[in-house]
Amino acid sequence: MRQVRIHGRGGQGVVTAAEMLARAGFLAGHEAQAIPSFGSERTGAPVVAYCRFDDAPLRTREPVLAPDVVLVQDPTLLGPAAPFAGLSPRGLVIVNTTSDAPAVRAQAAVDDIGAHVVTVPATSITMTHLGSPKPAAAMLAAYAACADDITLEAVQAVFRERFPGRVGDANASAAAEAYAYVRAERAATGGGAGLPSGAPGTTSTEVSHA
Amino acid sequence: MSTVHIPFLQTGTLAVGGRLLREDDRSVQSHADRPSSLTRGHRACQGCAEALAARWVMDTAVDAADGKLIVANATGCLEVFSTLYPESAWKPPWIHSVFANAAAVATGIASSLHAQGKDDVRVLAQGGDGGTVDIGLAAVSGMFERNDDVLYVCYDNQGYMNTGVQRSSATPASARTATTPAVGHQPGAPVGQGKSMPKIAMAHEIPYVATATVADLRDLESKVRTAMSIHGARYLHVLVPCPLGWGASSAESIALSRAAVQSGIFAVIEARAGELTEVQRIRELAPVEDYLRPQQRFAHLFKPGGEDALDRWRQLAQANIRRYDLLGGTP
Amino acid sequence: MREVLEGSQAVARTVARCRPGVICAYPISPQTHIVEALSVMARTGELTDCEYVNVESEFSAMSVSIGASAAGSRAYTATASQGLLYMAEAVFNASGMGLPIVMTVANRAIGAPINIWNDQSDALAMRDAGWLQLYAADNQEAADLHIIAFAVAEELGIPAMVCMDGFVLTHASDVVDLATAEQIDGFLPPFRAQQVLDVENPTTIGTMAGPESFTETKYLQHLRFLDAAEVIDRWSTAFRESFGRQTGGLVARYDPDSLDRNNLAPPGDATDVTVIAMGSVLGTLQAALVPLRAAGVSVRLLGISSFRPFPELALREALGECRDVIVIDRALELGAGGVLTGNVGRALAGTRSRIHSVVAGLGGRPILEASLRDVVARERAGQLGRLEFLDLKTGGVPVPPVGATEVAR
Repeated sequence: MRQVRIHGRGGQGVVTAAEMLARAGFLAGHEAQAIPSFGSERTGAPVVAYCRFDDAPLRTREPVLAPDVVLVQDPTLLGPAAPFAGLSPRGLVIVNTTSDAPAVRAQAAVDDIGAHVVTVPATSITMTHLGSPKPAAAMLAAYAACADDITLEAVQAVFRERFPGRVGDANASAAAEAYAYVRAERAATGGGAGLPSGAPGTTSTEVSHA
Repeated sequence: MSTVHIPFLQTGTLAVGGRLLREDDRSVQSHADRPSSLTRGHRACQGCAEALAARWVMDTAVDAADGKLIVANATGCLEVFSTLYPESAWKPPWIHSVFANAAAVATGIASSLHAQGKDDVRVLAQGGDGGTVDIGLAAVSGMFERNDDVLYVCYDNQGYMNTGVQRSSATPASARTATTPAVGHQPGAPVGQGKSMPKIAMAHEIPYVATATVADLRDLESKVRTAMSIHGARYLHVLVPCPLGWGASSAESIALSRAAVQSGIFAVIEARAGELTEVQRIRELAPVEDYLRPQQRFAHLFKPGGEDALDRWRQLAQANIRRYDLLGGTP
Repeated sequence: MREVLEGSQAVARTVARCRPGVICAYPISPQTHIVEALSVMARTGELTDCEYVNVESEFSAMSVSIGASAAGSRAYTATASQGLLYMAEAVFNASGMGLPIVMTVANRAIGAPINIWNDQSDALAMRDAGWLQLYAADNQEAADLHIIAFAVAEELGIPAMVCMDGFVLTHASDVVDLATAEQIDGFLPPFRAQQVLDVENPTTIGTMAGPESFTETKYLQHLRFLDAAEVIDRWSTAFRESFGRQTGGLVARYDPDSLDRNNLAPPGDATDVTVIAMGSVLGTLQAALVPLRAAGVSVRLLGISSFRPFPELALREALGECRDVIVIDRALELGAGGVLTGNVGRALAGTRSRIHSVVAGLGGRPILEASLRDVVARERAGQLGRLEFLDLKTGGVPVPPVGATEVAR
């Protein structure tokens, strides 16, 4: 089973990201489940949502406590939301930021945690394509670039299905750019930070925004 | 038909209600095959103006709807005295759910009929002042605001008569009820701002709002017929004296209704889309005492110390006369 | 077609395919996504011959449903929590008048303190309202139960609540396989009112019944409610035969080892402890108990699918010789214990069962697999009390940290 946790702020499309991730995972052939954690919070408040993939039907309803993958849609949450909490050993953390992995670790105060940290400027990529700061597609594409749970094509397909027309297309092109960005970074650092199918994190090299 | 000029030597509702008129102008009640929607055997008190009004309203509505009328009734006297299992005094299909929801039940019926393509079947909701002005106000307002195709009729006897004459928000200031006794510094119901349901209905700008009394049943009938000729939310407010609750003789219900109108205490009006369109003028201005003195609930007004309250009644009548130009003559 | 859908969407689409004539609702979290979706379908014409009515309160939502049902339409509404209590008077009225309205309850806690998250206090507070109460374990069942609910309610002339855990199910996205409109048309008979406001055959509905007739009226209502167990069972069986899915029914049995839902699973043994639960926690229990079984712990699982009528006979049959019972209860009867536990206790009266009530998941507190396993382990060790609160923190009411999310809880 693969367990994913997504951190973001109200208005950034965190819940949508979880649902889209589940849909993309389903398209990629998995059983999938997305669980938003809802509060009475308004725009800007910290929000988390969860997603699971498995080959067998998913039954549990507990929130994801030990994620294999964490997506952080807003770097200002690195400190207060404790996104590394419960992360499985050698898990993967993808952060939407223009800074690099060491900076992320410092900001989250997790120098000692054995995790792969991948950074991607998902908001700036999304702004050029979509024009609004909803980085979900770019974040999911960055995830697709690091793991074979989902594919870029699946991410693009679910966004095009949900948002037919310009918005879907803009999300798809933002996804393509984010995917290419992370792939290039991985190639530059020897292809690390990939998650093989069905098992939590594996490799030890760290990819960062150089 | 016209309701203003009656070209007969004999005047008065009963005379004109009947057979001296042209066939077309006769009341539904003058016909042998009248619907008798609220039929014999019900348990209303002697002199109950609500029963009289309901019969005229319903028969007219049934006639106007070509027999295709469904009725939703709020809890209250009208419901209790007409439908004690296993009997029912109602001839049209009729439903009672709870106290506060007659307007919403009617909306449900209208929605269902529309979904079934039965737009020829009409819907009427009715309740007392408690079920309309107090506990049911939210549902009534919602029905108005949505402009649902329902005629809502409020029979206003100015209190909770079904439960033993307690104060409602339609109870006028100074009236004695079981919960506003005629004792103390300011006897009877407290003086407040009042709550005019016709004005509230007009504020919703629904297609048709009217008031009526049982003193002029042809007027009541005419207003029901007008209301039934219109689709959308319509509201009819009928003043119905309650011999028990008002402490009046059973024989006085019509006279009290007439006194309420002729003194200016109760304005008989019509309004369309929020605009006042018709006002029934006072034929011969009567003193407010004509309305108040026969009612035991106002007995304390005519004892020492009652002068202030009596004066307030005169001011109220004057305000109505001014507001609605009840005496005519204002350009 | 298998697809990923939010639970609310799955329910809304299935309800639409049941061809309701009138839908009327007032928005309240976490029911909103269901009625939003239905209002869109009514507006776009996807939902034909159907009136969607926006009202000013839940009280009017139920009242409109009453009027619509009495006038001959299949009527549907949805609510939760405070909204269910606000419409309570009309809820009782609908069942008394025998109107087969179907209502989704997106189960949510009741304030004070105000709380928008899940537990089952709302529907369980309406346990004596004379409505059927069917509980969904997952979103597939939540969608499917609506088809069964319409069929059962309309056969019996008893309204039905389909209860699904708010947020936990309503807002979660899962892989579901929805019944198509054609399949439902072939399964669910067209709406046929038992008593209808009809200008051709006028009738009076909602008369007053005095002391001479009230008891017998209620007794007949009671007898009809007793018929409901057989009718629910029959329609659920028919559903399984038509759709190939185990849905609804009275009591859900689970395979001892795989924990798959299996209504042919054998009854319990005297050496077993059986966990009884209702709603979405059954999924978490399925996941939590597999490793316990693998480790040799003799634990079984049963789900209550129909809370009203309460399936006393089916529950006893499924328990078999088992006398050790843990009830995971998502609603608290203050001063007594879990609400479901009370009903289980009455069903097992005279069986000398040892019943433990574990109140869990109040007001959205996540129910964790580890905590559930701990409960079972402590029962096996003779350490579980008669009434416990899962993951109760002692020393007062915890204050959430600034910026808290579920991670930090």
